[in-house]
Amino acid sequence: MENEIQDNGLEIVYKKPSTLTDTPLHYCPGCGHSVVHRVLMEVVDELGIQDKTIGVAPVGCSVFAYNYMNIDMQEAAHGRAGAVATGIKRVLPDKYVFSYQGDGDLAAIGTAETIHTVNRGENILMVFINNAIYGMTGGQMAPTSLEGMKTATSPYGRDVKLMGYPLKITELLAQLPGALYVTRQSVHTPNAVRKLKKAVKASFEYQKLNEGTCFIEVVSNCPSGWKQTPVQTMKWIEENMFPKYPLGDIKVPKF
Amino acid sequence: MEKINYKRSEPRLMKGNEALAESAIRADLDAYFGYPITPQSEILEYFEEQIPIRHGKVLQAESEVASINMVYGAAGAGARVMTSSSSPGVSLMQEGISYIASAQLPCLVVNVVRGGPGLGTIQPSQGDYFQAVKGGGHGDYHLIVLAPATVQEMADFVFDAFRLAEEYRCPAMILSDGALGQMMEKVELIEEGQFPKRNFSWATTGKPATRERNIITSLFIEPEKMEGINYDLQAKYAKIQKNEVRYELVETEDADIILVAFGLSARICQKTIELAREKGIKLGLIRPITLYPFPTNIIKEFADKAKFFLVVEMNAGQMVEDVALAVNGKKPVYYKGRMGGMIPTPEEVLVEVENIIAKQSEEKR
Amino acid sequence: MIRGKVTINSSTCKGCELCIAACPQESLALSKQINLAGYRYAELAKDNCTGCINCALVCPEAAITVYRQQKAKKSVTTIGE
Repeated sequence: MENEIQDNGLEIVYKKPSTLTDTPLHYCPGCGHSVVHRVLMEVVDELGIQDKTIGVAPVGCSVFAYNYMNIDMQEAAHGRAGAVATGIKRVLPDKYVFSYQGDGDLAAIGTAETIHTVNRGENILMVFINNAIYGMTGGQMAPTSLEGMKTATSPYGRDVKLMGYPLKITELLAQLPGALYVTRQSVHTPNAVRKLKKAVKASFEYQKLNEGTCFIEVVSNCPSGWKQTPVQTMKWIEENMFPKYPLGDIKVPKF
Repeated sequence: MEKINYKRSEPRLMKGNEALAESAIRADLDAYFGYPITPQSEILEYFEEQIPIRHGKVLQAESEVASINMVYGAAGAGARVMTSSSSPGVSLMQEGISYIASAQLPCLVVNVVRGGPGLGTIQPSQGDYFQAVKGGGHGDYHLIVLAPATVQEMADFVFDAFRLAEEYRCPAMILSDGALGQMMEKVELIEEGQFPKRNFSWATTGKPATRERNIITSLFIEPEKMEGINYDLQAKYAKIQKNEVRYELVETEDADIILVAFGLSARICQKTIELAREKGIKLGLIRPITLYPFPTNIIKEFADKAKFFLVVEMNAGQMVEDVALAVNGKKPVYYKGRMGGMIPTPEEVLVEVENIIAKQSEEKR
Repeated sequence: MIRGKVTINSSTCKGCELCIAACPQESLALSKQINLAGYRYAELAKDNCTGCINCALVCPEAAITVYRQQKAKKSVTTIGE
């Protein structure tokens, strides 16, 4: 990509990718969804695979993901993105297929589809946005909500004896032989975003090898649900989310 | 529905479920996603054995919920795709079916009905008529529903179902039952290569520079838009109702008592007609082949001539309501059925006819 | 120091301030103006930008375009002839 030169000698080193539409994003200010959408589309743009990529959107705040990503997309029923992506990839094995889900979609209602999609080693990328809350429906508890976390359905704080424990689904999935590359990333700092982008790029490259499922958990925020400013949420992620959901590669390909 | 004269193979003896599956492969099926459930697991098993050595894709999914959503994904990607199940599994698929209908995707769902409700029995039943025709899923949608009565129809209707589904961008259902699925009969299968596939401009195959992106969705959050989609769907269904009704008439030319039955019940009624005519009772049968669109008009026509209608079905009385609607009070409409997997006998049905005749002449006095 | 510049789309910026927090030069600040959506948008407040793209990396709206001084072109001397 040739960088444009401004006549005062400055070249453009970053601009919004053409694979993002011009539709203004509906997400709350500072929402991690927007950042991840952008990173995904940057990679699709840089790899030149806009005409070969099909995405599957979930139910949740990102139900409208297809309004922002300028690629062919399908809207899945709640929890079923893994199955929908399987259907697409099985009939279009030469295309790049990714699913994009929140914590309720992937780890509550969709748990069976999630586990079996990875267990079959479907050659797709599964993107898992973990912000420990149900944003779209008004801030209810998620399977990944932390112990003691106050949400709309755990007003006294999550009581693990009554409501179960925060579910580390990513670690569970990494144990499956069908999982090729499993990593946990975030968007809380510029460097975290750089690492996330690297993980996304690697995942699309691995998809060509037909060696199994790439799974990226993105520890993200919910300023509205957490009732914090965006800058505060990034600090909260560091102090509260990472101790439970630590960053890094959990499983890497053995080649 | 137009009748197409396909070239066919030599007759062979086949089980209903297997004939259906074999026929689907010959219809150039792209993919089958399914889950085992009696009495139709042979469909999945047949595909798992045959598809790897012929063509297409097959996958045993983790549940019927997963199956129908895989169908949605593949159909949205432009593939010729189907699933099958039996009553409880089809209940699980209802959300997915509603989504497929709203997103206007072609596909085939086969329900080999068993006795219910609940976990029920594995014996045949027709208890899912309401679910199939009135919509077990939410919202105003319809499936095109075909009801086979023979193993030959189990096979042939696969072609009809895909043809209609793809023409109208509408999910289609073959509503069979446990007996038809398991019985073995002579069948002349349609030969492969006569049903080419189509390229759908709306499918998600990867956005080239030459078009806008394709989005497959059933989410239309502005109510004005959602109502618009509903108008489109209703217009489509009106067209289907006008053009695609299919039924069979058996000995109705001189009949003054009309049986209405589909699938297995229709076969039983054919024997009842034989027995009745030996006794001088002029019995005839209207056999709906499409349950949606329902053959309202032909039933309406017969309401002039007939003395009464008897609807015979293996449920607590479901299709009888649609017959009554069609007859619209002109003549009495009665129901005779067995439930929970029991199959009525031809003699039983005849006894019912005779009882009604007796009751009617008593009332005249 | 390398010269850089950013432009921020004031109509899509939601004033989330993540770019302000990410900037190592503290070059960015919220404008006193609000855009049509009612947000105070972020803008370049100082001229010490180095074009490091940290702000663009964290921006949820992809509202930031980053410019950087061109790399100096290496001069090539051909020996002999």
